[in-house]
Amino acid sequence: MTETTNKTVINTSTPSKEWIIFGVLGVLLVLAAPFFLTGFQLNLLGKFLAFAILALGMDLIWGYTGMLSLGHGVFFGLGAYAMAMHLKLSVGDAGNFGTNLPDFMFWNGITELPWFWQPFSNFGFTVLMVLVIPGLLAFLLGLLTFRNRIKGVYFALLTQALAIVFVTLFIGQQGYTGGTNGITDFRTLLGFDLNAESTQKGLYVVTTLCLGASYVLCRWITKSGFGKVLAAIRDDEVRVRFAGYDPSAFKVLVFTLSGCLAGLAGALFVPQVGIVSPSMMGIVPSIEIVIWVAVGGRGTLAGAVLGAVLVNAAKSFLSESFPDFWLYLQGALFLGVVLFLPNGIVGLFQQFMTKKTALEPSEELVVSEEGVAK
Amino acid sequence: MAELITQLFNGLSTGSILLLAALGLAITFGLMGVINMAHGELLMVGAYTTFVCQNLFATYLPTYQDWSFVIALPLAFLVAGLVGLFLETTVVRFLYGRPLETLLATWGVSLILQQAFRNIFGANNVDVQSPSWLEGGLRLGEDLQFPYRRLFIIFLAALCVAGTYWFLNYSSWGLKIRAVTQNREMSACLGIATRKVDAYTFALGSGLAGVAGYAVSLLGSVGPSSGLNYIVDAFMVVITGGVGKIFGAVVGGFALGELKTYLEVLTSSSLSTALVFSLIILFLQFRPSGLFPQKGRGVDS
Repeated sequence: MTETTNKTVINTSTPSKEWIIFGVLGVLLVLAAPFFLTGFQLNLLGKFLAFAILALGMDLIWGYTGMLSLGHGVFFGLGAYAMAMHLKLSVGDAGNFGTNLPDFMFWNGITELPWFWQPFSNFGFTVLMVLVIPGLLAFLLGLLTFRNRIKGVYFALLTQALAIVFVTLFIGQQGYTGGTNGITDFRTLLGFDLNAESTQKGLYVVTTLCLGASYVLCRWITKSGFGKVLAAIRDDEVRVRFAGYDPSAFKVLVFTLSGCLAGLAGALFVPQVGIVSPSMMGIVPSIEIVIWVAVGGRGTLAGAVLGAVLVNAAKSFLSESFPDFWLYLQGALFLGVVLFLPNGIVGLFQQFMTKKTALEPSEELVVSEEGVAK
Repeated sequence: MAELITQLFNGLSTGSILLLAALGLAITFGLMGVINMAHGELLMVGAYTTFVCQNLFATYLPTYQDWSFVIALPLAFLVAGLVGLFLETTVVRFLYGRPLETLLATWGVSLILQQAFRNIFGANNVDVQSPSWLEGGLRLGEDLQFPYRRLFIIFLAALCVAGTYWFLNYSSWGLKIRAVTQNREMSACLGIATRKVDAYTFALGSGLAGVAGYAVSLLGSVGPSSGLNYIVDAFMVVITGGVGKIFGAVVGGFALGELKTYLEVLTSSSLSTALVFSLIILFLQFRPSGLFPQKGRGVDS
C-alpha cells in the first residue's frame, strides 16, 4: 500500500518538473539555436525535429497502444508529397523548361496538369491535405483491419505491405509522381526564397513550434481517460472488450491521429530538405522510425523525441564517415535495444533515478493498473 | 488458348517461387509464431551458397560444372539451416512469446547479414549460371513452350511441400514438433526436449528458405538486398493461406502467384502490386484468419 502513496506523490511532482524542462528546451530551441548554430547545423536539427513529430505519432500507436506499424513512412511520404506538389506548382514557369508544368511531367510527355494536382496550388488546401490524406488512409486501413480484430503481427505485416505498394505505385506512375527521382528543384514557399537562410530559419522555428504543439497534444491524450484506455488495450485488449469498451474504435482513432502527425512531419521535412522521393516511404525508412522510438524509450513521449534526434544525429554523423560500419551498428542497435534495453534510454534513466528510493514499478505498469481499474 | 495456358503456367511458376519462400515461413511463423524478418536474407544465404558452389566447381572441377547444381541444393539447405540454428540459439530463443520484439530483433539481424553480403561478395549482383540440362524448354505444339528452368522450380516446390508434409506428419521429429506446437507444457512433461525441438524447427524453416534462395538464383541475378523483395510477398502468402497449415501456404502461394501474373498482364506491374494488396485486405474482411484458419476456442485467436 505504501507503494501506491509513493506513486501518487511522484505522479503529481513529475508534471511540473516536466513542463519546466519542456519550457527551457523550447526557449533554447526556438530562440537560442538559430543564433548559435550555422545554417547547415540548423537545417539538420530542423530535419531531426520533423522526425521527432513522426516519432511522437509512432509512440502513440506503438508505445501506448501496442500496435506496431511498419508502414508509417507511407503517411510521412503522403504529407511530404502533398507539400512537394504545392512547392512544385509555385515554381510556375520559372523552371528549366519555361512551361507551367512541373519539369518531370514535361519529360514524361504530359501536356496538361492532372486534375488532382490543380488544387494544390492553393497553400491552405495543401496544408489541409497534408493532414487529411494520410489521416484518411490510416482511417480506412485501421477500420478494415481493427474491425476484424486483425492485430499484432498481422497488422504489422499488412502495414509493411502497404509500404511496398505505395513505393511501387509512386515509382510506376512516373508522370504524376516523378518516379524514382521524386520531386525536387523547389524555389519558393509563399513567396519566400527557399534558398535564403532567413527562410530556412523560419522553417526551423515553425518545425519546432509544431513539435511543441504535437507534444502537448500527445501529452494531453495520453494523460486523459482516452489515453488510459489505449494503454489498457496494449496490456490486455480482450479484457478491455469484456469491460464494455470497443477497442477497435479507439485503435482506429489513434491510428488516424498518428497518420496525421506523420503527414505533418513529412510536410515540414520537404521544404527543409528540398526533395521528396519514394525511397523515403519504403520498408526500410518505415522500420527506422520504430527504432528511434525503441532507442529513446517507448511509452514515453520524451523518449520518442530524444530517440528520433539521437539516432538521426548518429546516423548523419556515422553514415557519412563510416558508411559500411553504420549498417552493422544499426543492426546491432535493433538487437541491443530489444534484447537488453526494452525501455530505451528513458527507461534506463528512470531505473537509475528510482533505484535510489525504493523498488518502484515502472510508469508503464502504473498506467496499466489505472486503466484496468477504471 | 495457347496464350491462356502460357499465362496459367507463368502464374504457376511465380506461385511456386512464392510457395518456396513462404514454406519456411509457414513453419517458423505458422508453427512457432516467430516473425523472422531475416527470412529474406536466409534466402540469400541459399542463393550465395549456390553461387560459391558454382565458382568452386569452375575453379577446381571445370569438367563437372553441371554437377555443381546438384551439390548446391543440399548445401543451400544445410548452410541456411545452420545460420538459422545459430540465429535461434543466439537471438530468437530469448524472445519467444513476444512476436513484435522478435520482428525488430530479426530485422537487425537482416541488416547485419545484408551488410555482410556486401562486404563479402561486393555490392553488385552476382549471377548463377543454370546448368546446361536446364537450358531450353519443353515444346508442346506450335507456340507453347515451357522453360525447363521453371518446370524444375515447380517440381522443386512440389518436392519441398511433399517432404515437409511427410516430415511433419510421419517422422518422429515431426511428431515432436507438432506436440510442442500444440501444448508446450504437456510435451515437456512427457519428456520432449522442447528447447531442442524449437531449435530444430527453426533450422528446418531456415533451411527451406535456403532452398528457395537456390531456386531464386536460377531465375536471375541476386544481390545483397534482394531478400527484401521476397519477404513481404511470402508473409502475405502465409497470411492469406492461414497460419499454421502447410496446405494454406500451398493454396495461398499459387493463388497469389496466378493473381499477380494475371493482373500484371491486365494492368501494369506497379498497379498489380496495389491491386493484389487491396484484394488481400478485402479478402481478410471475410476471412480474417486466412483460408484455412486454425480451429480453436481461445478468445484471443
